[in-house]
Amino acid sequence: MRTLTKRVFTAPTVADDGQPGDALLEPAIDGARQEIGRLEGDEPVARDSVTPRPDATTQHRPRAQAHESGIKHVTGRARYIDDLPAPHGTLHAMVGLSPMAHGRLTRLDLDAVRQAPGVIGVISAQDIPGHRDIGPVFPGDPLFADDEVSYVGQPLFAVAATSYTAARRAVRAATIEIEPLPARLDPVAAAEAGEFVRPTHRQVSGDWENVLASAPHVLAAEQFVGGQEHFYLEGQACLVVPSEDEGVTVFTSNQHPSETQKLVAEVLGIPFHAVTVENRRMGGGFGGKETQAAPWACVAALLARRTGHAVRLRLPRADDTRATGKRHPFHNHYRLGFDDEGVLLGGDISVIGDCGHSPDLSEAVVDRAMFHADNAYFLGAARVTGYRARTHTASNTAFRGFGGPQGMMIIERAMDDIARHIGADPLTVRKRNLYREGRETTHYGQQVDQYPLMVEIVERLERDSDYWNRRREIAEFNRASPVIKRGLALTPVKFGISFTAKHLNQAGALLHVYTDGSVIINHGGTEMGQGLHTKVCQVVARELGLDFAAVRISATRTDKVPNTSPTAASSGADLNGMAARDAARQVRERLFDFAAGHYQLDREGLRLENGQLVSGVGDIQRRIPWGDLVQAAYLGRVSLSASGFYSTPLIHYDRDSGQGRPFYYFAYGASASEVRIDTLSGEYRVERVDILHDVGDSLNPAIDLGQVEGGFIQGMGWLTSEELKWNAEGRLMTDGPATYKIPTFGDLPPVFNVELLEGHPNSQASIYRSKAVGEPPFMLAISVWSALRDGLASLADYRISPALDTPATPERVLMAAEAMRREEHAR
Amino acid sequence: MIEFFLNGHRQRLAAAPDSSVLALLRDRLAACGTKEGCASGDCGACTVVVAEPDDDRDALSYRTTNACITPAHQLQGCHLITVEGLARGDALHPAQAAMVACHGSQCGFCTPGIVMSLFALHEQQRAEPSRALDGHRLEAALGGNLCRCTGYRPIRDAALSMATHADTRPSWADDPTLDEQVRALPRRSADSRYLTPASLAELAQAMQAYPSAPLVAGATDLWLEATQRLTAYERVIDLRRVAELRRIEETADGWWIGAAVTYREWEPLLAAHYPAFAHLLTRLGSAQIRNRGTLGGNIANASPVGDTPPVLLTLDARVRLASAEGIRELALDEFFLDYKQTALQPGECVAAIFLPRPEAGVEQRVWKLSKRREDDISTLLGAFRWRIDGGGHLRDVRIAYGGMAAIPLRVPAAEAALEGKADLDAAFDAAKRALRHTLTPMSDVRGSSSYRMTAAVNLLERWRLTLARPEPVDPTQEVALDAYAH
Repeated sequence: MRTLTKRVFTAPTVADDGQPGDALLEPAIDGARQEIGRLEGDEPVARDSVTPRPDATTQHRPRAQAHESGIKHVTGRARYIDDLPAPHGTLHAMVGLSPMAHGRLTRLDLDAVRQAPGVIGVISAQDIPGHRDIGPVFPGDPLFADDEVSYVGQPLFAVAATSYTAARRAVRAATIEIEPLPARLDPVAAAEAGEFVRPTHRQVSGDWENVLASAPHVLAAEQFVGGQEHFYLEGQACLVVPSEDEGVTVFTSNQHPSETQKLVAEVLGIPFHAVTVENRRMGGGFGGKETQAAPWACVAALLARRTGHAVRLRLPRADDTRATGKRHPFHNHYRLGFDDEGVLLGGDISVIGDCGHSPDLSEAVVDRAMFHADNAYFLGAARVTGYRARTHTASNTAFRGFGGPQGMMIIERAMDDIARHIGADPLTVRKRNLYREGRETTHYGQQVDQYPLMVEIVERLERDSDYWNRRREIAEFNRASPVIKRGLALTPVKFGISFTAKHLNQAGALLHVYTDGSVIINHGGTEMGQGLHTKVCQVVARELGLDFAAVRISATRTDKVPNTSPTAASSGADLNGMAARDAARQVRERLFDFAAGHYQLDREGLRLENGQLVSGVGDIQRRIPWGDLVQAAYLGRVSLSASGFYSTPLIHYDRDSGQGRPFYYFAYGASASEVRIDTLSGEYRVERVDILHDVGDSLNPAIDLGQVEGGFIQGMGWLTSEELKWNAEGRLMTDGPATYKIPTFGDLPPVFNVELLEGHPNSQASIYRSKAVGEPPFMLAISVWSALRDGLASLADYRISPALDTPATPERVLMAAEAMRREEHAR
Repeated sequence: MIEFFLNGHRQRLAAAPDSSVLALLRDRLAACGTKEGCASGDCGACTVVVAEPDDDRDALSYRTTNACITPAHQLQGCHLITVEGLARGDALHPAQAAMVACHGSQCGFCTPGIVMSLFALHEQQRAEPSRALDGHRLEAALGGNLCRCTGYRPIRDAALSMATHADTRPSWADDPTLDEQVRALPRRSADSRYLTPASLAELAQAMQAYPSAPLVAGATDLWLEATQRLTAYERVIDLRRVAELRRIEETADGWWIGAAVTYREWEPLLAAHYPAFAHLLTRLGSAQIRNRGTLGGNIANASPVGDTPPVLLTLDARVRLASAEGIRELALDEFFLDYKQTALQPGECVAAIFLPRPEAGVEQRVWKLSKRREDDISTLLGAFRWRIDGGGHLRDVRIAYGGMAAIPLRVPAAEAALEGKADLDAAFDAAKRALRHTLTPMSDVRGSSSYRMTAAVNLLERWRLTLARPEPVDPTQEVALDAYAH
């Protein structure tokens, strides 16, 4: 039986026959040679760029396979949590939320709630038999507040009633008395007061202080980068059914079933094996259901065990928006030294993440902001500091990019500022600062192995988007147009792929072949619309030489594949695709072993293709239909089921030194955006966007394109119209789509040229040399923000770099325009 | 009892007067294809199509609506079509087939709503195949459907490619008598808790009998009371069957628009006579909202950021109020008293709004500023009306703003600064000063006081600049953009 044990191989050359996976590798003998961990059965590993192979892999030409649930989506047959049929007598739960940002809970009188029509059960902190704190990584998240109340929207109690409306009405009957304490809402003030949810972390490379002291030019600036509500269309929802023993089955819209299993078991005080968590699909996740789907499952589980009934819990949109965390707002600061050409020499960058009231995932989120404070540029001698400020708001959490976008914003601001300072075009300054030979190590010590790809992407996009002609044309236009100003910017993205928490970089899969030849695959990843299940089915179909239709996927379940990682960090296909491939290859090898004996075939030449087992070539070729092979193997008592596993090799990071290789590889991209601004009203349009993005060898170009486009538009929303506003008491006022504005159909740029970079397989041995695509494209939208700054800069003939915090709403753009006019007037 | 057809099947159901179409579908009929995204009519996930007998047409009209804020009782006498009712067995409807072919769904949760909006668009295309599917029409059809995953490009492609797919008709379309059967259903509710008076007289009676019962027409605002604030209504009075409220009466001087006439229904009238105003309607709300929302509701609701009142104020619109005592008329600017306070007396309702016929030479600009262009509430809205006499003087100047005070209001001091003036630079400077002295807008979630003030003043500047241009300005260009480029 083959297992995926880590073995040490020499650094090999890359197979050039276009058949990755078939190359034979010799185990390392010479210990002095560089060792690279890799997985047995994996294709070759390369440290260097792979030669482009535009015409390779005719047999495995990536297919733009439609989403496995596409037809179910369009016919309304795809079921989400609230659509699941529930057992007779199912109750509806609702959660009572704190009306105050900070204080001591002095009285929680729930008598009237208990008496309310339809109420069957009521619980608060005292009714939790097991753990009361459900902090996912670090403590700090009480399921129900019972003493200190830490944000408006924090759960205080819950009810189960006979209907959804009865539960909602009952919640309002509670008597809640809270002795107010001062609420801290400003993360900068919190940081100054030393109020942190986690310790401050630093990454230092070189003598940055000396560089700052001696640099020909030094600039400093700060920026506010707004947060973002996930606005998954399907809100937080779960259905919990009590089991016949002490446990529960939890159906939940959830990116991290294993963690929810753990937390539900811990609050109930029962073993993990008594809890099964299932998710077939989510109506959007984006990070908002990584840790923050668990509380609702825990609440419903408590009520289900207490009442003996199944319990549904679905948060109304306003409750969902108030109770759950968002993308972290950041306050960033830079002080950077550079030469006359605008090339960075070094400096100091600090980022303050507004973490909300508890750690949640903020340690890693702020780390990732720090890891991306360089974006695609060599910082020189630099210090990067990350602060994790504690404020009295919902605990901010994972959201596509996971801090990376907020970190990149500071260096992109610096690029524009430096360009204005030295009187160069921002693209020129950006290109001069890209990682290149001799300048290829990040401030945290990782070699950027495919840096030439970044240069290639930027230069190609520069050509394809006709940047310089448009630049001239726009400058001319702006000179003649006092009110309407156009702006253009081209920005790169380099995004690190891997969980920075090393242990999460593992995955499992479970594959069964039934005697009719149909295949079912299950794995630890969850489907939230990103096409993961489609890609995993494609992997299995490819390994077994079957049609896509022969492989079906079943709901993610903790009793099928255990101890899984969240579907997050863009890692879904990388990790689970590899695990599924491992499972498929195990079954395939068993079938080959069996067939060699049973059919008297040459074991070496066996392959699975087009639904057949094929041996030999030409006249001596034999073909056995897959179904016959499977049936024969079954009769031959061969196991047709396998459990696959994968863990990412090579990665490490030492928090003490702030150095390491936290990322298996980087994904690259660039975008050029053009905007047109009415500087009298602050209104603007994004008129044209060009994107070139690197997904390695795409597993599914249609899905990848969808991720790139969707990520860009979501990023554009983050930087433009999506504004979170709290009142002075810490209550979130933008609590639904009436006040919180995500992009609509009309925000799609009229010219939107999106291209996947072809012919550049991943230099690392990822699944079929593809690259992760979930998060990286989100940051392509930074070019929209930079283009707005470019348009505004024209108000002062490009001599001043306008401050423009985000989201750059029409209000912020108008105020920035007015400030530019005042400054220009004062000159 | 509500009698209606669901995907070709006759239904007869009792429902509470304040229940919604979405609750009926999901909780009572186990038809869970239609999703709830926000329960406030803002996201479009619950979009369904209601085929309703038109008063003046033989055929049914297919209109999208947000099921979450559509009163269940308004299904009476209609054919409700949902995402489950489009495919013919395994054969997908073109709206569905195009979405699959274009990879238009990712998480799939908004997809049923998008498919229904595409279905309505497809029905329009069937009715008028020669009409071009341009950007404006696509935006009008899909602007009310939020998608958080795709970025909309594949959905746009699906809309544009529906015609290339086999025109599979839903199974229910096989029954040639279906429309007739729908039309044969009573249009008025038989439920004593959901009253559907047929005349002003009956309405007045109902209001006298049940003074606390809310009046509902499009329900695009009122039903949020139920879904968001959990208000329970024991009894509801529906205005959509009141004949006098459903008419547009043309007179020598203009038009009386019945209070229960939907935006969609009076859009053509506006487009013919007040194109800038008509254009505003495209930004007032999504198609789903404009299919049901009414002018009467926008007025009676008296929101400080309602979109039509400032425009109507500049047009010297009048309002007709009706009660058991009879009818009275008011100038619109006498109607708005204070924040959400109007001149409506108990037992009185808005019956119609008078839109004067535009005089020769009158020009109008309407500029709405909002965080997002589509389907957003105004941060502020400026409406301007004037004509220029033979001597080049501004005449009949009207300036009104929404979002700048507790009520939508005219700014007489600014009007006076411009009235009769020919030296526009000086006059506009005075008008801007007047604006700054008169108005003190508030700061709220949509914008700060200083932004509102700056932008309001700048809209006067925008107006001045467009006046200074020799060539005509397209009045429907709401973001001026090219207006003062050269």
